[in-house]
Amino acid sequence: MTQMNKNNMDNKEHRLPSPIANPENKAFLEAAQNNQLVLKHCNACKAVHYYPRTICPHCGSNDTTWVKSSGLGEIYSYTVMRRGVEVPFAMAYVRLNEGISILSHLTNCDFDAIRVGQKVKVVFQETQDGQKTHLFEPI
Amino acid sequence: MSFASNACIAGIYEHPLRVAPDHTVAQLHAEVARGALLDAGLTLDDVDGYFCAGDAPGMGPVSMADYLGLKKLKYLDSTDTGGSSYLTHVNHAARAIAAGQCRVALITLAGRPKSEGSSGTQVRSQWASAPDFAFEKPYSPAPLNTYAMCAMRHMYEFGTTSEQLAWIKVAASHHAQHNPNAALKDVLTVEDVLNSPMIADPLHRADCCVVTDSGGALVVVHPDIAKTLKKPVVTMMGAGETTKGQMGGKVDLTYSGLAWAAPVAFKEAKLTPEQIRYASIYDSFTITVLIQLEDLGFCKKGEGGKFVEGGQLISGKGKLAFNTDGGGLCNNHPANRGGMTKVIEAVRQLRGEAHPAVQVPNLEFALASGIGGALGTRHGAAVLILGRL
Repeated sequence: MTQMNKNNMDNKEHRLPSPIANPENKAFLEAAQNNQLVLKHCNACKAVHYYPRTICPHCGSNDTTWVKSSGLGEIYSYTVMRRGVEVPFAMAYVRLNEGISILSHLTNCDFDAIRVGQKVKVVFQETQDGQKTHLFEPI
Repeated sequence: MSFASNACIAGIYEHPLRVAPDHTVAQLHAEVARGALLDAGLTLDDVDGYFCAGDAPGMGPVSMADYLGLKKLKYLDSTDTGGSSYLTHVNHAARAIAAGQCRVALITLAGRPKSEGSSGTQVRSQWASAPDFAFEKPYSPAPLNTYAMCAMRHMYEFGTTSEQLAWIKVAASHHAQHNPNAALKDVLTVEDVLNSPMIADPLHRADCCVVTDSGGALVVVHPDIAKTLKKPVVTMMGAGETTKGQMGGKVDLTYSGLAWAAPVAFKEAKLTPEQIRYASIYDSFTITVLIQLEDLGFCKKGEGGKFVEGGQLISGKGKLAFNTDGGGLCNNHPANRGGMTKVIEAVRQLRGEAHPAVQVPNLEFALASGIGGALGTRHGAAVLILGRL
């Protein structure tokens, strides 16, 4: 069994690049720091969206609020980036139980055993500047 | 006759170099502009419309218009939808000419990604200011991994195989053997593709396009001018364009924006996919071609794998000749933007100027389509339908 991603946890040089902080994602990054994935919910059309915006991309309403995500979902699609990068990684779209898909990485798993449809849950990992970001691991 | 058919493509030029370390990007733009104007039989003084995208150095079209010496401009457009920009430019130029805004439009593309060490495994610098990148930066979205996820989902939903994707590269390689300028001239087998290294599952190295320095240019003119020139007249018949993204999280990787843009183009051209015997289809990766074939209506969604099997895209052998110059997969993908060369080869085919080994006989109509940006995150999509008068 190959666990190619185990080596990027401790070595700071191999930590993931950090998300870019801005006024619109402040609450999102603060939640991540507390190991919580949050989404935006629209009070007008009742839909959630990702990535989060101030104004709902589904209906155009500015009446949006942050909601906690279950952090649970399944792999919609994935790839293992094996070459051309310093440390191989598994990228995926995870379709959350809330019905929307989110771009992330998969961790704590055998990269050769990943399957579309596999159930996963969110975990958080420190990036280069100390900001945490969401990843997913198989349940 | 559609509104768009009030414009013709009168000049084409593809730069012969594939590595140009001793050229500047501006110089490459100027060389392709000169080549396309010479091909048309026109001069810089005839140009009153100029179109370029993000590959043009400087501010929008302003710096390059000055560098080129364009002094009579009345119409400008620097729409940037990545590699599909130049199909979009042809569409916009045709509308501008039909509306009387200009009469001779020049479109240029050039870049040096090969000399500058660019690779499809890298995050694109122009994505860095996008609002999505604030969230996605930790995951290093690059052309390869985002297109790979489209292929993985297509395989999951429809049973598409790596062998089927490989047939697309094999067809391109059959055409490239006849192109002396092609970056890759060797004819490949399905096994060759499958035996090339896995880069991002399920895409192998041979599923990817080449990285080349180079460029190309087009001259779009009013039909009254086209009739006075020596080259066979290639006219616009219809066009469509759009963008598609993650749709607020309602991600569907199985189709491109062409699913929306192609019906618009076919309706305007009053044609159906069955009437198209040659198509230039944007080929950044094999999966890019497969998904477009479905979205353009050459086959049903999910049946692209079956459609391309057994060499069905090889000119003279299959049911649809595609990318007879060798495409981005084997010939040229200048500036990491393949839309320009798609239009150029479609015009060559309609003029009867393609290599005799790959020329489709008695061709009346041709299609060119493009996907710019990343199919797996957000992209521009454009399609042109052209005809020979």
